[in-house]
Amino acid sequence: MTVLDRQSAIDLPEPFRSWFAGRGWAPRAHQLALLERARLGRSVLLIAPTGAGKTLAGFLPTLVELAERPRKRNSPRPPGLHTLYISPLKALAVDVARNLERPAAEMELPIRIETRTGDTPASRRQRQRRDPPDILLTTPEQIALLLASADAPHLFGDLKRIVLDELHALANSKRGDLLSLGLARIRALAPEAQTVGLSATVADPDTLRRWLVPQRGEGEMGDLVIAEAGAAPELSMLDSAAHVPWAGHTARHSLSEIYALIAANTTTLLFVNTRMQAELLFQELWHINELNFPIALHHGSLDVSQRRRVEAAMGEGRLKAVVCTSSLDLGIDWGAVDLVVNVGAPKGSSRLMQRIGRANHRLDEPSRAVLVPANRFEVLECRAAMEAVRAGAQDGAVERTGALDVLAQHVLGMACAGPFAADALYEEVRSAEPYSALPRKDFDDVLAFDATGGYALRAYERFARIRQMKDGRWRVANPTVAQQYRLNVGTIVEATMLKVRLVGGKARYGGRVLGEVEEYFVETMSPGDTFVFAGEILEYRAIVEDTVLVVRSHAKEPKVPSYEGGKFPLSTFLAAGVRAMLADPSRWKSLPNQVRDWLEIQRRRSRLPGREDLLVETFPRGGRHYLVAYPFEGRLAHQTLGMLLTRRLERARLRPLGFVANDYALAIYGVSDLSLAVRQGRLDLGELFDADMLGDDLEAWLAEAALMKRTFRQCAIIAGLIERRFPGKEKNSRQVTMSTDLVYDVLRAHEPDHVLLRAARQDAATGLMDLRRLSGMLMRIRERIDHVALDRVSPLAVPVMLEIGREMVGGEAADALLAEAEDELVEEAMRGDDRVQ
Amino acid sequence: MAMTECSEVYDEPDLQADTSGPAGLIALAGTELRLDPAGGLFWPAERMLIVADLHLEKGSSFAARGIALPPYDSRATLMLLVEMAARWRPRIVVSLGDTLHDRRAGTRLGPVEREMLAGLARGREMVWIAGNHDPDAVPELGGVHLPQLAVGGLTLRHEPGARPAAGEIAGHLHPVARVVRRGRSVRRRCFATDGARLVMPALGAYAGGLNVRDRALAGLFAAPFEAHLIGGARTYRIADHVCAPDR
Repeated sequence: MTVLDRQSAIDLPEPFRSWFAGRGWAPRAHQLALLERARLGRSVLLIAPTGAGKTLAGFLPTLVELAERPRKRNSPRPPGLHTLYISPLKALAVDVARNLERPAAEMELPIRIETRTGDTPASRRQRQRRDPPDILLTTPEQIALLLASADAPHLFGDLKRIVLDELHALANSKRGDLLSLGLARIRALAPEAQTVGLSATVADPDTLRRWLVPQRGEGEMGDLVIAEAGAAPELSMLDSAAHVPWAGHTARHSLSEIYALIAANTTTLLFVNTRMQAELLFQELWHINELNFPIALHHGSLDVSQRRRVEAAMGEGRLKAVVCTSSLDLGIDWGAVDLVVNVGAPKGSSRLMQRIGRANHRLDEPSRAVLVPANRFEVLECRAAMEAVRAGAQDGAVERTGALDVLAQHVLGMACAGPFAADALYEEVRSAEPYSALPRKDFDDVLAFDATGGYALRAYERFARIRQMKDGRWRVANPTVAQQYRLNVGTIVEATMLKVRLVGGKARYGGRVLGEVEEYFVETMSPGDTFVFAGEILEYRAIVEDTVLVVRSHAKEPKVPSYEGGKFPLSTFLAAGVRAMLADPSRWKSLPNQVRDWLEIQRRRSRLPGREDLLVETFPRGGRHYLVAYPFEGRLAHQTLGMLLTRRLERARLRPLGFVANDYALAIYGVSDLSLAVRQGRLDLGELFDADMLGDDLEAWLAEAALMKRTFRQCAIIAGLIERRFPGKEKNSRQVTMSTDLVYDVLRAHEPDHVLLRAARQDAATGLMDLRRLSGMLMRIRERIDHVALDRVSPLAVPVMLEIGREMVGGEAADALLAEAEDELVEEAMRGDDRVQ
Repeated sequence: MAMTECSEVYDEPDLQADTSGPAGLIALAGTELRLDPAGGLFWPAERMLIVADLHLEKGSSFAARGIALPPYDSRATLMLLVEMAARWRPRIVVSLGDTLHDRRAGTRLGPVEREMLAGLARGREMVWIAGNHDPDAVPELGGVHLPQLAVGGLTLRHEPGARPAAGEIAGHLHPVARVVRRGRSVRRRCFATDGARLVMPALGAYAGGLNVRDRALAGLFAAPFEAHLIGGARTYRIADHVCAPDR
């Protein structure tokens, strides 16, 4: 023990000092730092690696304060909560409560610790309102519910401390927006309360620091405490002896090497990026599982009880390996994990670091992780990610402004709590970091939306949900409004999900529920199609209400290849890393031979994508003509770009047929010779890629884009325009989907500037269409297009070309599809039919 | 063809303006009819425009229950009707029931919508067939209110009869058809017909849809039916076995 540690230890009061000493522990510097900040009345962000005693650090001030509270029987304790702990995961809240009860019991502290989640029985929830515990551990949704009631002042009025766990995971989302608004209200009810944010390392801690204190226009920030970093991780890339595939995401070529890694370690976590990949890897591992290791599967679509069983088995150390998706990126600590394997591309350095941290929660020993690239581009990406992790470089955060649909939900909730004055609520809302720059007009539009829908045509005054009283304050029009609000609270709008039920033979009932799939996945299947789910190849039979009936299939390969659930795009930061590596052959030394050869041949045959330029290749192949561009902006941005470029090519009568996109490149194919068109001056690539495509072309596409309708539906549900579905209560989810599409069409035609459409467009900018990234790229490459006309396909183009036929084809208007169905089948339909000439 | 400013009601129908192509032409029990991609049906011999299931004021009906849908559905629906009336210059307009979403919907029609209805009725016969949502005459609509209409060998009613019926045109079921091609799915409102009877698509902007493969619909037809899907500029004729069930 160093002198400093002993010096600090003196600061720890009894009985804490004895309790630490009794375990042979010394309090860590950051734990004491938090105690000190608490005594100064400061809010603080603690950045610490996993295993650093982060949670205990967050609670230490609370425990000390409560221990020092006078213990006299007759002195009444304050009636409200003392400390509020908020976590993104229900399971984490429960786990932390358990970990907190132990020291509290061992030190005989007179503290009541309780959790409150969706699973808490109604009777206990009611009692908690009447007689709150000292410490309440809960989730953002529960906070919203508690704040939307008249007893919120009683509950939160005495609050001293707020602990926000995994703040980095919450902040950059609509869930975070809702929480930030809740915090603004809590701070209004308990101005003295201090906030502690707990976070993993982030690129920009200042945003999170602003979260912790009320914003008054000066960028106010909480203090920052950074814990000493743990040992640097041991990170390597699997240099497979086998041929590295050109495309695909299964990493089949490395399977036996992955299995050897599992065999050599106690417990291995295998992370993949999509549920489909998880399913495939799990299946392949069991094929070669000669030693019969207990290997389990965990992803967000599996039945909750099955997921809990896997987590429990993991906690008891009964599993050798778990194949999982981002479903296990966060969560409770499992001491036994000694290796993390990331199969496929890491996609972002922050996510990778988070995953690596799931191995070995002892701070002084390095976490061990192996990256397994599934194709050649992923080799580059893994290499770039390794360099980023070694340098401790995080992905930059996407700047976020608070969503208007979330604000609409919050404002309605505040009306449910009691009458409010618009001016005061506006000021309160702006004290939340994501809404600190909220224009008054947006706030007023949201308020008008909550009242009567906020339409320019003021037709619904008499149906208002909230009304102004004589004194100008707003209140709910009737009690049903509060009921509706409570049923709709939260920002997690699941895609319409269908249960997958395994039935035998011709049965339509009974059987086991395997999990859930997104409706749109099933939408394209016909009875008899096979797909992989829950570790098996299943045959789709029928849909009965909200259930997909399936039977086990004997097929060796599934017919429907891709189930994309949970795919995320390449981060901007990592993309820049890959581009930089490509542009600089001196750095290719560290790459496997096959990959280096691939790049060498590309350099000879075509060109290498520059660091800032956009490489565009055009070439003929198999009677078609191709245009391949390499923006490296992630598949979402590429898909949007593909949509817009094909529209433009169509207009220029260059007859595109379709496009495919991956994270690195975009390939458009068609019947016109694009090299020739460029040479003859009929096609100007600078004009084709001009950023003005984000104007009218984008608007025209958005009008019919299914993505936009899906985005609008989410906003409409979150804002409370339409009701969320509930098991047993909801009429028919398909009707809901249908009607939001109709609502979108009507609203877009008649009031394109409505606040909900603005909210949907804002989502599209960062969400499914990644417009912000696309527009950034188009600005960057202006005047920097590097075009090469080739006589055949280039080595770099092969991976994206291989996606053709494997991925869904975009770019075709719905009507073109109908015309095709009509043309091809009209003859058949007419056969033996003379009714129609 | 020169167009006069305000429709000369007894002019020849403006067939040149028909962009629906050959797919828009069908025969029902020997009678020639034109399918309009806006969702209506024109009967040239009678100069009759037929539409179904307008569900006017469905938006405000929801608003009364706390769901403030955009209040533009009635005018969006009527706009389609006005467009078609300009295109075909019908002598008679027939709406096959469920013109209004509920019994009080007529009172909620706004001034713009009332003006549109009045403009439509000018110089024409307006016939409102009774539907389950609007069984009684609605004063705000004007025109005549009938339980059904049998004319020129065809029967126009709200709900299709239980048995196959030659020459029946009905609404009520809101048919839609889904086509799945190469991993993409397109779901559109449609006309459904087996040549003997015809079920019209709903015109209402907020009217939902029932898949033509649903038993309630497919059971109506004696012969294989075909769906005429509403596209942007024309209708698309799709054989029944090509239509996919929902999901």
